[in-house]
Amino acid sequence: MPNPARGKIEIAQDECKGCAVCTDACPPKVIQLSTTLNVQGYHPAQYLGDGCTGCGICFYVCPEPGAITVYKWQDEEVQPKQHRAA
Amino acid sequence: MYTIVQQRPDSIYDLFERKDGDQHVTHYCPGCGHGVIHKMIAECLDDLGVQDRTILVSPVGCSVFAYYYFDVGNVQAPHGRAPAVATGIKRSRPGSIVLSYQGDGDLAAIGGNEILHAANRGEDITVFFVNNAIYGMTGGQMAPTSLLGQKTTTSPFGRTLQNEGYPMRVCELLAALEAPVYLERTAIFDSKNNMRTRKAIRKAIQNQIDGLGFSLVEILSPCPTIWKMTPQDARKWLNENMIPYYKPGVYRDKTAPPTKSIVTLQAASGSSSAASEAGQTPATKVPADNAVEPSSPPPAPSRRTARKEVPLVEVPSLLGIRATERPGETSGSAALLGNYNERSRFFDSTVSPAPPRSEAGFFPSTVPEKYQNPQIKIAGFGGQGVLLLGEVLAESGMLSGYRVSWLPSYGPEMRGGTAHCHVRLSQHEIGSPLVSRPTILLSLNKPSLLKFLPEATPGALIIYNSSLIDEPPVRDDIETVPLSATEIAEKIGSPKVANMVMIGGLMARTHLLSKETVFAAIDALVKNQALIELNRRAIEAGMQAVLELEAVLQS
Repeated sequence: MPNPARGKIEIAQDECKGCAVCTDACPPKVIQLSTTLNVQGYHPAQYLGDGCTGCGICFYVCPEPGAITVYKWQDEEVQPKQHRAA
Repeated sequence: MYTIVQQRPDSIYDLFERKDGDQHVTHYCPGCGHGVIHKMIAECLDDLGVQDRTILVSPVGCSVFAYYYFDVGNVQAPHGRAPAVATGIKRSRPGSIVLSYQGDGDLAAIGGNEILHAANRGEDITVFFVNNAIYGMTGGQMAPTSLLGQKTTTSPFGRTLQNEGYPMRVCELLAALEAPVYLERTAIFDSKNNMRTRKAIRKAIQNQIDGLGFSLVEILSPCPTIWKMTPQDARKWLNENMIPYYKPGVYRDKTAPPTKSIVTLQAASGSSSAASEAGQTPATKVPADNAVEPSSPPPAPSRRTARKEVPLVEVPSLLGIRATERPGETSGSAALLGNYNERSRFFDSTVSPAPPRSEAGFFPSTVPEKYQNPQIKIAGFGGQGVLLLGEVLAESGMLSGYRVSWLPSYGPEMRGGTAHCHVRLSQHEIGSPLVSRPTILLSLNKPSLLKFLPEATPGALIIYNSSLIDEPPVRDDIETVPLSATEIAEKIGSPKVANMVMIGGLMARTHLLSKETVFAAIDALVKNQALIELNRRAIEAGMQAVLELEAVLQS
C-alpha cells in the first residue's frame, strides 16, 4: 500500500466565500479556487486531493469558523491525540 | 487512519440563527479578520474548558452579531460601553469568564473613557480590541486609529495632523497605567502573525482564569471591503502601513518573570528603552530599537506652526462649488477640492440634464404605462454591488429628468447578509424615499428574493439573477424575467459586474433609462477608470440577454 498523504482537508463548499487567503497561505499549494459558483455566488476553495501535510495553516487563516476541517494521518497502532472531546 | 485535528470549535454554534441570510455562514465579508479571531477565541474556550462559564459582551460595529456565533453567555452593550458592562457582570458573577470584544470605533473613540477606567481599576476581564483603522459597519468613516494620510469618507483628502491629530495607540496608552497585567498587540495577515494572535488570545483568557486582572489584546485586522481592496491586498496593506505605526509586541506582562524575551514599555515609565530583539516578529521587519519608543512621533511640523501655514478653506469650496463659478477666487483651494469636482464631473459631460417636462408625456413614449413611476427595490448579498446599482439608477434617472430618490439599507446586515436599497423614479414630487411595495424588484440572490417577493405589488416586474436562484419566483400575478447575471458577468471578465448586467436587463425591458444617461452616471460614480469600460460592456450584455429572451418568447 502506498504511503497516504500526511493530512487531508475538507472544505464546506457552501460556507466558503472565495477570499483565497487559504490558497495563498497553504505551504504545499494544494488548495485552489473552484471554477464553479457555490450557492452564495463565490468560487469556493477546493482541496486538490493530494499533498496535504495536515499543518492546519489554512484553518487558522480562514475567516469562516466552520468552513475547513483538517485531518492528520495517524498510524493505527498509535493512539490518536484528540484535539478536544468531540 | 485520518483523525480530525482542527474543526469548527464547539463554542461556535452549528447554525447561526440570524433573521437574514444564509445561516451556515457568518455575515462577515470575504477576507474579514473577525471570523479568524472568533475562531481562535472559540477554540481557546474549548481547550481551556470554560465555555460554560464564559460571558461575551458584544460591541456595536460589524461584530455586534457575535452573539449569533458564540455558544456562550451573551450580552450586547451600547456603543463603547462594553468594559463597563463587563465590569458589572464580573463583579456580580465573579466565577464567570467575561470577555469584551470591541472594534476601534467602539473602544478608542466613543468608549475611550470606559476602557481607560476599566483598565485603571484593573478589572479582572479580558478585552479583545480589533483595530482595522476605520469604521467598518457604518461605511468607512475616520476612526481615532486611522493612519495619517488615510482617506476615509470623513477625511476625503487623507487624515492630517493639523485637523485630526495622530492616530491613537491604545496599547501604549494603557501601558502608562499601573493596573493592567497583560497588554499585547498582534496582527492578522499571515500564518505566522495569526499564530501569534492565537497565542496572545490564549494567554489573555488564561490570565482571567487565574484571576490575575485586566488583560487586553489589540489585534490589527484587515477590512477588505471598506479599504476597497482584495483580501490579499488588504493583508499586504496592513503589513506595510499599519505594522510600522502600530508595532506588534508585548507592552505589559506582569504574569511572567522578567526575561529578555519580554518587551516591556519602559519608555512610558520614564526610563530609556532597552528592547530585546526576541520580542520582534521577523515578518514585520521593524527595527528592534524602535519597538519600545511609541512616543516618538513621525517627522512632521509641530501642530502650532503647521496650523498657521494651512490656508483656510472657504465654505463654498467645502460644499463643492467650483472655483470657476466664483470670480476672483485663487486656484489654491480649487486644487485642494479636486476630488469633489471629480465627483461631480458628469455635469461637464456631453449629457446635460434633461429640461423640465410637462405632466403629460413625462416618461418617454417607449415606456409602457405599467413601468412608469416605478418603485424599485434592489436586493442581494453584501458585496454584489446592490447599493451602486441603485445609485446608478438614481443618477441616470436624474439625468433623464425624473424626480428620483435613493435610500440604502444600513447596518451590519449589509455585510454578507441581505443588502437592499430603494429607488424611486417619479414624475411627481417624492414624499418618501421608502419603497415598501415595490413595482419592480431586482433580486441578485435567493434569500433576497424569498424575503422581498411577498412585498411586490400585483403586476410587479421581477428581474432575478438566475445564476444564483435555481427556482423561479412562484406567484401568478407577477411578471418574471430570468437573467443569468453572474454567468454573463463572468464571461465579460468579472462576477462583480453582475449588478450592471441587471441594469442592462431593466433598461431593455422597461426603456425607462437610455444607454447614454446610464453610461454618464457610471462615469460619475465609478472611480476606477479601468472598471468603467467593463461596466459598460456588462450593461450592453444585460440588454442583449433580455432582448434575446423576449425574441424567443415572441416567436
